[in-house]
Amino acid sequence: MPQVIGVPRETAAGEKRVATVPEIVEKLSKLGFEVIVQSGAGEASNFGDDAYRAAGARIVEGADLLWAGSDIVFKVRAPSPGELTLMREGGTLVSFIWPAQNPELMQQLAAKKATVLAMDSVPRISRAQKLDALSSMANIAGYRAVIEAAHHFGRFFTGQITAAGKVPPAKVFVIGAGVAGLAAIGAASGLGAIVRANDTRPEVADQVISMGGEFVPVDYVEEGSGVGGYAKVMSEGFQKAQRETFAKQAKDVDIIITTALIPGKPAPKLISAEMVRSMRPGSVIVDLAAEQGGNCELTEPGQVAVRHGVTIIGYTDLPSRLAKQASTLYATNLFRLTEELCKTKDGVIDVNMEDEVIRGTTVVKDGSISWPPPPPKLSAAPPAKSAARAPAPAAKAHGHGGGGAPRSLKASALLFLAGAILFWFIGAYAPPTFLAHFTVFVLACFIGYMVIWNVTPALHTPLMSVTNAISSIIAVGALVQVAPPPSDFAGRPVGWIVTLAIVSIALVAINMFGGFAVTRRMLEMFRK
Amino acid sequence: MSETLVTVAYVGAAILFILSLGGLSHPETSRRGNLYGIVGMIIAVVATVAGPGVTAGGYPWIIGAMVLGATVGLYAARVVRMTQMPELVALMHSLVGLAAVLVGFANYIDPAAAAHYQGAEKAIHEIEIYIGVLIGAVTFSGSLIAFGKLSAKISGKPMLLPARHWINLAGLLVVLWFGARFVGAPSVSAGMGPLMVMTVIALAFGVHMVMAIGGADMPVVVSMLNSYSGWAAAATGFMLSNDLLIITGALVGSSGAILSYIMCRAMNRRFIAVIAGGFGTEGGAPAAAGGTQPAGEVVPISAAETADLLRDAKNVIIVPGYGMAVAQAQHTVYEITKQLRDNGVTVRFGIHPVAGRMPGHMNVLLAEAKVPYDIVFEMDELNGDFPQTDVAMVIGANDIVNPAAQEDPTSPIAGMPVLEVWNAKTSVVMKRSMASGYAGVDNPLFYKENNRMLFGDAKKMLDEVLVALKA
Repeated sequence: MPQVIGVPRETAAGEKRVATVPEIVEKLSKLGFEVIVQSGAGEASNFGDDAYRAAGARIVEGADLLWAGSDIVFKVRAPSPGELTLMREGGTLVSFIWPAQNPELMQQLAAKKATVLAMDSVPRISRAQKLDALSSMANIAGYRAVIEAAHHFGRFFTGQITAAGKVPPAKVFVIGAGVAGLAAIGAASGLGAIVRANDTRPEVADQVISMGGEFVPVDYVEEGSGVGGYAKVMSEGFQKAQRETFAKQAKDVDIIITTALIPGKPAPKLISAEMVRSMRPGSVIVDLAAEQGGNCELTEPGQVAVRHGVTIIGYTDLPSRLAKQASTLYATNLFRLTEELCKTKDGVIDVNMEDEVIRGTTVVKDGSISWPPPPPKLSAAPPAKSAARAPAPAAKAHGHGGGGAPRSLKASALLFLAGAILFWFIGAYAPPTFLAHFTVFVLACFIGYMVIWNVTPALHTPLMSVTNAISSIIAVGALVQVAPPPSDFAGRPVGWIVTLAIVSIALVAINMFGGFAVTRRMLEMFRK
Repeated sequence: MSETLVTVAYVGAAILFILSLGGLSHPETSRRGNLYGIVGMIIAVVATVAGPGVTAGGYPWIIGAMVLGATVGLYAARVVRMTQMPELVALMHSLVGLAAVLVGFANYIDPAAAAHYQGAEKAIHEIEIYIGVLIGAVTFSGSLIAFGKLSAKISGKPMLLPARHWINLAGLLVVLWFGARFVGAPSVSAGMGPLMVMTVIALAFGVHMVMAIGGADMPVVVSMLNSYSGWAAAATGFMLSNDLLIITGALVGSSGAILSYIMCRAMNRRFIAVIAGGFGTEGGAPAAAGGTQPAGEVVPISAAETADLLRDAKNVIIVPGYGMAVAQAQHTVYEITKQLRDNGVTVRFGIHPVAGRMPGHMNVLLAEAKVPYDIVFEMDELNGDFPQTDVAMVIGANDIVNPAAQEDPTSPIAGMPVLEVWNAKTSVVMKRSMASGYAGVDNPLFYKENNRMLFGDAKKMLDEVLVALKA
């Protein structure tokens, strides 16, 4: 008995996409499934009922009939409360869910004893790329963002020299070079604009360049790759440097497209009202993060707002605005998922929790919540390599004594404690004359420490030979032994002492004169 | 000259020494820095000799010894070749160490020196002597071995005795035990035995320590010995209650310590690991013997082809290594540089912090060849520029351009910062053979697609390149 896949008409306002397209219906049928489609489901994306019927689907009037007749429901948006009541007990649902943002929905789905596969939770591993609906949608959003920007922007994108005058090329700045960002870079440079892009993850610089953009780094060293190839929250210092970079770009560019999202967190506010004000009138900002609160402070989610002469586009339905394309890609992603679920091609799905991809995608299994999944075994990006390289640039900042990274508080405390004990010991037992010398010694060590860090590496060899020459000061020790003022100590082995002292003086003199002479010779050679 | 005047003179000398080190922060001021050092030394010596500690009877001896030493020293400084600098510096360190030992002994057998010490002060004075002699002896023997290794009189391979850490530990315990005996000794003759035994152990320890360190770690060793010679001077200063010695010793000591630290960091090695020795020998034969032979083919190139490459390039970075020093090729390198610059090619030099056998060794060699120092750059300044570079020419360097440090986490040199020459459009490696570097690691760079190998003696090959360039 083959299972029935049902595709309802989307109920969310303005949603034009549909979860399957006729082309895919055929393929699903070949896997052994029966497909029912609600009448008018594909209307908004230009797929008529007839087209579905021709592909082998059964058309059902009304959502209640469809939900009641389906073992598995394919949807785009997460189900509304109304749809939930229609849902069959123990049924299977495949759609976007956003489990982190919708805990209530998760509870309700669990109460329905449902099995739910969330298309937003597909693990980011190479095998799962073909069913990564987020990437498909992001790709469309990035493209559409450029189209929307072009629509609102009063000029050409490409620079032209015409009989009617010279047209400068538009400058586009893309923040966040994920799938959406890269698609936007590609689309904008395809239209002829000068495209720059920034991302917290330095390893995407090559990808930006490959799409025809120019990578604008933030002048601050921090590794921005989180788990699974997504970005992570950056430190305060980085954010400050980032704001400075963005403020500079805002003054220069005509169009800003922001795509910065951190999984499970509100979108970072990267474009301040101040930066918007600094942009030229007529400029456009497209905020792809509008749904998660927006990257721009002035974004109004779902709306186009004009602030300080700058058009700020906060559409949250960019993929839906390219409904036919979005539906086709999404339907293909769902088909790939179905293939994974039904390896036997007998029209019955098997939610195999041992399979890494299915395990990650499944957020509710037979009424028990299985989200979040265990972390994926393999990350999409190799963060370890760049992490290992990170210390190198930091080493340059050794101007002030410390050098390298600051010690952790704990290590400093231990060091401090050890020093305190040592000093207490010396203070408690050593005689005052020794302490006077000890003071001099410690201070001299510190002076040496401070002075040496300023020596340029090119002069390390002369430094060594000059310190070597200076250490000939030990001659002073020998000098005072040669012929001290007469004293009345009987049996003083004068012969021995004088011999030793004179030999020492001769040895040290080699070092003294040789050392300074050779340093001089070396330094003479350092010239411009 | 009264006692107070001598003290004031010492303060002046100490200030001059600090200024001397400070002057080395830039090539422009460095010559003045050296002058400060010389003046400080003259003041210190003259004040000591003229002061109350030295009577007129000693003048002939002092002058005689000084003249003798000066003759030898100046002669050595004049004839030494710049490639031999590391050896010379190591040898000079040993002199300071030996002097510290001799001064320590002389001080100990002089009853006048300890006459005014009582109780705890006497014990501390004796500990100071003991430590001064100890550090001096280690510096002396260690520097001699380092000299031997650097001048290839002793094999550069690390000599690893079985249970070497236990031997060192046992030595330390014996030294401590004799130290207690020494401080408790009732008379000079009774204390002489422990002092002698300790000196012998310290000498053996110095030999053992440096023997265990491989050739590639020599920059660390040389700067470490530099540090020791400073600490020996400081210990002598404590022994003689002489603040000038303490200050100067501390300056030199901390200077050497920082240099060692910088060198270790440049190799991504821990200081303790270097001292413990044995790098590049663990795991037996070089990686070539194992299954990790890098994929790809080695493409040789001729000198004439290299010249063509250089002539057509806009941006050239030259990465010199120890091989350039060995072949004495720095002058030819400069000739080539001049020729290229005259043709409008931008030529820069990329110096790895541990290239050569001493900190800053390459800079000195290039300076000797009159390469202007403003085209000589540090690794960090240049690494980002390789992708825009047409030709990266590696002369007798290996480990410092090994991509395995970044690409292969299992490599013994993993994590060591390296010059990323493989990012250049073409890299040319000048080498005598395919042998691995001091670290004993095979170099995947040689097998990269955009890499060419120019086999042969660096000097001879570069001469040929120069001839081809001028043709």
